[in-house]
Amino acid sequence: MAVTREDVLHIAELARLGVDSARADELTRELSSILEHMEVLSQVDTSTIAPTAGVGAGGTPLRTDDRVAPLMEGTLESFAPSMRDGFFIVPRLATHEDPTESSA
Amino acid sequence: MTPEEFTTAGAAAISAAVRAGKVTPSETVKAAFERARAIGAGKDALNIFLHADEAASIEEAKSMHERVQSAADIGILAGVPVAIKDNIASLGLPTTCGSRILADYVSPFEATAVSRLRAHGALVVAKTNMDEFAMGSSTENSAFGPTRNPHDVRYVAGGSSGGSAAAVAAGITPIALGSETGGSVRQPAAFCGVVGVKPTYGRVSRYGLVAFASSLDQIGVVGRRVDDAAIALEAIAGFDKMDSTSSDADVPIYRLSALGKPAPLAREPDTEAMRIGRSPVPLPPPPDATTLEGVVIGKPREYFPESLDEGIRDLCERALDRFRSMGATIRDVSLPRSPLAIPVYYILAPAEASSNLARFDGVRYGLRVDPARGLKAMYETTRSQGFGREVTRRILLGTYVLSAGYYDAYYKKAQAVRTLIADDFRAVFNSGVHAIFTPTTPTPAFTVGAISDPYEMYLNDIFTVTANLAGVPAISVPIGRLRRLPVGGQIITAHFDEYSMFRVAYALEASLGDEAHQ
Repeated sequence: MAVTREDVLHIAELARLGVDSARADELTRELSSILEHMEVLSQVDTSTIAPTAGVGAGGTPLRTDDRVAPLMEGTLESFAPSMRDGFFIVPRLATHEDPTESSA
Repeated sequence: MTPEEFTTAGAAAISAAVRAGKVTPSETVKAAFERARAIGAGKDALNIFLHADEAASIEEAKSMHERVQSAADIGILAGVPVAIKDNIASLGLPTTCGSRILADYVSPFEATAVSRLRAHGALVVAKTNMDEFAMGSSTENSAFGPTRNPHDVRYVAGGSSGGSAAAVAAGITPIALGSETGGSVRQPAAFCGVVGVKPTYGRVSRYGLVAFASSLDQIGVVGRRVDDAAIALEAIAGFDKMDSTSSDADVPIYRLSALGKPAPLAREPDTEAMRIGRSPVPLPPPPDATTLEGVVIGKPREYFPESLDEGIRDLCERALDRFRSMGATIRDVSLPRSPLAIPVYYILAPAEASSNLARFDGVRYGLRVDPARGLKAMYETTRSQGFGREVTRRILLGTYVLSAGYYDAYYKKAQAVRTLIADDFRAVFNSGVHAIFTPTTPTPAFTVGAISDPYEMYLNDIFTVTANLAGVPAISVPIGRLRRLPVGGQIITAHFDEYSMFRVAYALEASLGDEAHQ
């Protein structure tokens, strides 16, 4: 089934990927072409087949719920883009008024 | 050892020389860097390394020298230089995944596989180039430029572990770590004329491997010869409490020097159900490397289609003849759902990637690009500028097949067909076949820039991806040359039966001798 330009823009938003207009056209063609090759799967009868989520029949084993100390050297500040008082700082949500902008 | 000997010696020989005090760890490291310079491993030529610091590596080697002199047990890789794919975390070194989004990221922790190599005495000398987030089959998707094939710089090294395969092929290190999701160690190993192993899913801890598709990802090894890959796998395999998908199965001794001795039983009986088609009777240790008496090798017809390059077919037939001459029985078998593996893989892997790569959002680490239009704009700008074209394509493909209305038609369908592909392997191994032999790739290496269509590139994985979907181990071994470029043959065995895989690989390598590279 062909992917539309609207599909691409919609899934790009879901995936939080900025896609400009020219790239959206390219991706529409590329994804449609790739998905065409996937159509062969629709001809396989899997009505009685259980899906495989992983290769272990027993599923992923769980460890006991003990806290494991991360084996990390250095501080969060050494790699975080922005931190203050032990918290990661992110830009404001666009729906919130930015006091620095309104006072400028 | 002479500089020339360092470029061809196996890990066992280097380690033995270090233990005997004939060569110091600093000398092995210097030899690796001298070779790298001589062959042009830098960005302007082969572009194998993303990070290599000679002074720091020599300092590490000096500490190793003290350990060699003081400790009774210094490990099977004492003083052996190794290269690590740049999606495997190594403490204090960059781990970029070949991506702009992690270009300045320095790992604050270390992957279990890397710390186990170090514990066995190995010395990390480089982080190697790769397709961005391991998505690719040529290393052309690296944000830092393609790795070139050491046999001919006009050709790609393969991918996604192209830098690791090239480092070994170029004679810089005898061992390198790579990672596999659909053939990313075996395919570049075949293109570069070296040995590449994808272990059983669960055989090696993935703690510290940057996640791409978690139901498929495994750390793999590249070696100059089968013994190098075997020793490296022996060092890194086994349960790790930091990775709950790692198996507690016993790790047999794989190295060539122990081939004639009984290997420990691979696994406890109560976990039998976890396995895909164990060999009916585990192969006993052979009297020597070139005996395959009693071994049944399956030749699956789907991997030898009429369209297969005749040169590849001829080299595979030569290998099969060698198996026969060593006493093995070749049996025609079928893995009928294998032709569906590429569509299945390219639904499941992007779906998992779209979820795994959500963590790269500019908040906690890595690149942040903030256009000062709020949080959502920061996410979108960071990710669109940080990810390259193929990664963007796969995230969108994965998001699409997981989205409402398409989930059942694509994702759930692909999971069901994956069950059928695994069933095919189970049936063959349960029928008395010990190992399956196929070409590793449908062609030798192609020239840089030759493939621009995404799906055509995906078809490079056609013979390798099934082992990942079924979770079984597989090895690529050089079997000759075609148009002066290396060709690999693939040996696949049952779940957790790497012992048989190595046994067959040793026999093939010994039987072909220099012809493996001719």
